[in-house]
Amino acid sequence: MVARTVRTDDRPAEAAEPDGAPAAWGHRHLLDVDVLAREDIVAVLDTAEAMEEVLQRRVARTPALRGVTVFNLFYEPSTRTRASFELAGKVLGADVINMTGSGSSVEKGESLIDTVATIRAIGADVIVMRHPSGGAPYLAAQHSDAHVVNAGDGLHAHPTQALLDAFTLRRRLGDLAGKRIVLIGDIKHSRVARSNVWALTTLGMEVTLVGPRTLLPTGLNAAPPASGRDLSLPRVRLEEDLDRAIEGADAVMALRLQRERMQGAFLPSLREFSRRYQITPERMARAREGAAVLHPGPMNEGVEIAADVAHGMQSEVERQVAHGVAVRMAVLYLLTQGVGAAT
Amino acid sequence: MSGDLLIRGGRLIDPGSGVDAMLDVLIREGRVAAVGADLGGVDAPVLEAVGRIVAPGFVDLHTHVREPGQEYKETVASGMAAAARGGFTTICAMPNTEPAMDGPPVVAQVQEAARGGPARVLCVGAVTRGRAGERLAELAELRDAGVVAFSDDGDAIASGTLARRAFEYASDLGLPIAEHCEDPALAEGGVMHEGVVSTRLGLRGQGALAEVSIVERDLRLAEAAGARLHICHISARESCEAVAEAKARGVAVTAEVTPHHLLLTDAAVAGPNGAAAAASPGGLRYDTNAKVNPPLRSGEHVAACLEALRAGVIDAVATDHAPHTVTDKQCEFDRAAFGISALETAWGVLGALIAWGELPLDMAIERLTWGPARAWDLDRVVPGLGRLAVGSPGDVAVLDPSSRWTVEPERFASKGKNTPLAGMDLVGSVVATVSGGRVVWGEGAS
Repeated sequence: MVARTVRTDDRPAEAAEPDGAPAAWGHRHLLDVDVLAREDIVAVLDTAEAMEEVLQRRVARTPALRGVTVFNLFYEPSTRTRASFELAGKVLGADVINMTGSGSSVEKGESLIDTVATIRAIGADVIVMRHPSGGAPYLAAQHSDAHVVNAGDGLHAHPTQALLDAFTLRRRLGDLAGKRIVLIGDIKHSRVARSNVWALTTLGMEVTLVGPRTLLPTGLNAAPPASGRDLSLPRVRLEEDLDRAIEGADAVMALRLQRERMQGAFLPSLREFSRRYQITPERMARAREGAAVLHPGPMNEGVEIAADVAHGMQSEVERQVAHGVAVRMAVLYLLTQGVGAAT
Repeated sequence: MSGDLLIRGGRLIDPGSGVDAMLDVLIREGRVAAVGADLGGVDAPVLEAVGRIVAPGFVDLHTHVREPGQEYKETVASGMAAAARGGFTTICAMPNTEPAMDGPPVVAQVQEAARGGPARVLCVGAVTRGRAGERLAELAELRDAGVVAFSDDGDAIASGTLARRAFEYASDLGLPIAEHCEDPALAEGGVMHEGVVSTRLGLRGQGALAEVSIVERDLRLAEAAGARLHICHISARESCEAVAEAKARGVAVTAEVTPHHLLLTDAAVAGPNGAAAAASPGGLRYDTNAKVNPPLRSGEHVAACLEALRAGVIDAVATDHAPHTVTDKQCEFDRAAFGISALETAWGVLGALIAWGELPLDMAIERLTWGPARAWDLDRVVPGLGRLAVGSPGDVAVLDPSSRWTVEPERFASKGKNTPLAGMDLVGSVVATVSGGRVVWGEGAS
């Protein structure tokens, strides 16, 4: 139970704070998973378990974030992530306002810094931001004292997706230490893959990346520099042959393949890609029995994942979406502890 | 008499003249009149240089003064003032102005704006009209108007055919083509060096191959045409290797490197080491002041550039001074302008490299004076430039090679405060700058 001062006049009888939430999380923003220690991630997952219970209630509402204003600032189209954050905020009793890049001052040429300052002046306590440029949420965090949650920035990071994937995997596999997951497809352009590499390796998983050379980023598993900061991603296993990589895996994750990759000559054709990299029932047979199948969505069924697998017994895809709400509730809750007192 | 000055008591390092000795320099009417020990008893104002290094004024082959067209970023006047603070007495103004410096009128405009200023401004003419990479500019007219080289800097001459014709045409005129080596197809719109750091930051990378492929192409084209090629801001190991090979087989090629490509790696984009990094939200930064083209590269490339500079494969250190406003830089990394304001930190960066034992003092001075002057044969335009022999221009940099100072961009004379070196300690300061016998910066400036 957390000590917080919130207005208690018309609180319902049930506890405002879900059980099991840790006392303090220690992060002002959620910009990437790279700064989260194992216990930080576990705190999110444990809090999300408590949030799941809230979501199971007949009236899924708790006033934990009453008086908190959450601004969804989306410079890129999104349905599930935005809806998920919106619902997460509303279930917690926060005021949620949605703003998109189109039809707003953004379209009139307002700078990101000015937009963020304006939103803060209106009263935003949390800015949930999606942006096509890597690092844009860092800029927002530097120029605003609101909490900033990265909801996907360019090719860089999508931390809440990685956290909900970790939540889903933990539910399915139990302790993740020593378990093996294979991430397949367009790693190069995937912020989901990058954030998952951080989250899952931090939780002790062995991560294998599979894809054609053209769709793997440069500098993976590079030797650390002779001097200065080591900025490399965590070490992973690299594999170009999916059949070999999937052997004995505890989980597989397909990534969305953008059709425009054909234009950049990253791939010859969708057909060839799906022959080499589609998750099929035959390939799943090589994985550990009962291995989990994940996909961040939206799926191209028949391209990176066969329909039978996408909707089969091993698929976690729908549960991932459901878990997304609980995990985002946990993130909003952990970031804003104490905000209610200040407003 | 204006333009008279005695610089007394210093250690004269004039690599172009092969001099390193305790010698005084007497300037009369703006030109060096005498160099000798104890030139006392002359009727001239005195600049005391005891304990200082006295060097020829620095020559920058690569300066963006932004005028005409982008005077909010820099003007000829503010660029010259920044040059003076950095010890530069000659700067070569790049032609990516608005309109581009692709004909005599714009050249004349810049020359006029520079008249009487604290630095000599030499103009570089565009290779193609409007720098559009489609038709040749009137190169002979540009030469007659006084340009010292041709360049479409900011972009490479993308078309191989056009580049071939440009080298052939320029070979008649005797001036070098200074190429910004970046194959746009291979650069793929990358905003930083492609590698470990771009992967970590999720930013689109621009690999070294984008530079190397144009370097290799141009070396062959220039060789075939018998033309002079100058490689701007070299940044990749493989480019250095290609230039070394070409020089060995007699190609008329020269190259420059910027101070920042000798000091910083692509890790600078993710922000500084240590406490400052820990203080930034999320541990990482996206420092747009470290966004530059060519991009800051990984350690192996930095080491290769230093080695090539020491070996003489690279002839000159040039600043690629690229001033921008705060608005141009304080935005998303993808949208930020490329470039670093570098005139006022160049000597401090080289001083740090000298202090770390990476570069000998006399060689650092050579690469800022005689190296660039010789690379572009500037002696033909301004006799004695880049040296302090009798008859040379009275352009002098008085240096302290060991004093430490902290970079405070807000104190720059340049309008561009954009530098990734802000807050960093550099070694070596410019104590005074003398242009045509006039002290234009530092102790005794009038």
